[in-house]
Amino acid sequence: MEVQFELNGKPVHTEIEAGAVLLDVLRDLGCYSVKCGCETTNCGLCTVWVDGTPRLSCSILAAGISGRKITTLEGLQEEAARFGAYLAAEGAEQCGYCSPGFIMNVLAMERELCVSGHCPDAEEIREYLAGNLCRCTGYAGQLRAVEKYLRESRG
Amino acid sequence: MITVKNYVKPGTLEEAYELNQKRANRIIGGMMWIRMGRGNVNTVIDLSGLGLDQITETETEFRIGCMSTLRQLETHSGLKETFGDFFKECTRHIVGVQFRNGATVGGSIFGRYGFSDILTAFLVLDTKVKLYKKGIVPLSEFIRMDRDRDILEELIVAKDGRKAVYLSERRSQTDFPVLTCAASEKDGTVLLSIGARPMKADVTETTIDEMEQAADTFTYGSNMRGSGEYRKHLGRVLAGRAKKALEEGNV
Repeated sequence: MEVQFELNGKPVHTEIEAGAVLLDVLRDLGCYSVKCGCETTNCGLCTVWVDGTPRLSCSILAAGISGRKITTLEGLQEEAARFGAYLAAEGAEQCGYCSPGFIMNVLAMERELCVSGHCPDAEEIREYLAGNLCRCTGYAGQLRAVEKYLRESRG
Repeated sequence: MITVKNYVKPGTLEEAYELNQKRANRIIGGMMWIRMGRGNVNTVIDLSGLGLDQITETETEFRIGCMSTLRQLETHSGLKETFGDFFKECTRHIVGVQFRNGATVGGSIFGRYGFSDILTAFLVLDTKVKLYKKGIVPLSEFIRMDRDRDILEELIVAKDGRKAVYLSERRSQTDFPVLTCAASEKDGTVLLSIGARPMKADVTETTIDEMEQAADTFTYGSNMRGSGEYRKHLGRVLAGRAKKALEEGNV
């Protein structure tokens, strides 16, 4: 079947199997930042935005996304690089495998929680990012990077 | 993984119901747990074209469409105003924000999962389910009905002045719960619900003074997350904490 949607601001028409999940369709379209890390719907590595909302692309039937706007890390290069610099400065990156999904959720959190002058505290940040698993950093460096990034980019 | 032959997004509930009568077809809800199932599905039925993804509030009740997400429950300002942190507490530990943006209320309730925080919570409110064919049924009755091929359209939750509290015990953050516990009080009557025992949640009527004893009347079993004995102990502890919260109005 055919599905049409917007991917990182550009219209896409593509032929898919009825049971294809969005994760695989996005990879076939060249978005290699989107990866499957766990097979059990909980690691957060496959995070993309559907109409601006962070979702697990491993658990979305591609057939259902007609007409929606999909955003992957490939569509947020500038912002991702800006936040990535904070991760690197805090030594929060080791293998980097989980970073794309993590960055997608940090940027979604910034949009959702940093409104009307509010800046989330460490507890709120931890809770929002709890669905992004990382097996090598221990999270402390990531949290420092996120806090610094939000403070400096949001004031 | 499941394999899928066809995908249909029905334009009417009748169409969805007709399709769902075939055993080989399946409603997908948010597709969170179904993805991890096995088997072949002839046609997946996507209910997202029916406008059932809203939470609406009137003077007397909330109507929660089956395709509303767990994140909507967590962040809805009307639910917060009426029930305090109850809905935030029963959702925020579930996997992660991205998961809760996909998982649906209807899927959580219809699945009657043994690990469900959501089912545990709704059982202590005046909750009814609206089924397409069978009509409106109290949730406490619905959980005892045989699983059939009807469609759960929405939940109806009364705004009856009830105060409610939700607690769960987890071995680690975002894991499945070892035990879940919800309690509410109205005019001296307490509803106590305990789930993840590891069987599906059930509800019993009691009083503030007898909540801990009431926790003992549930059946507790063992699995990899804990023994029946440990769960029974936890049941008393959580019921005790819920009692304290209700007494202190800390709900």
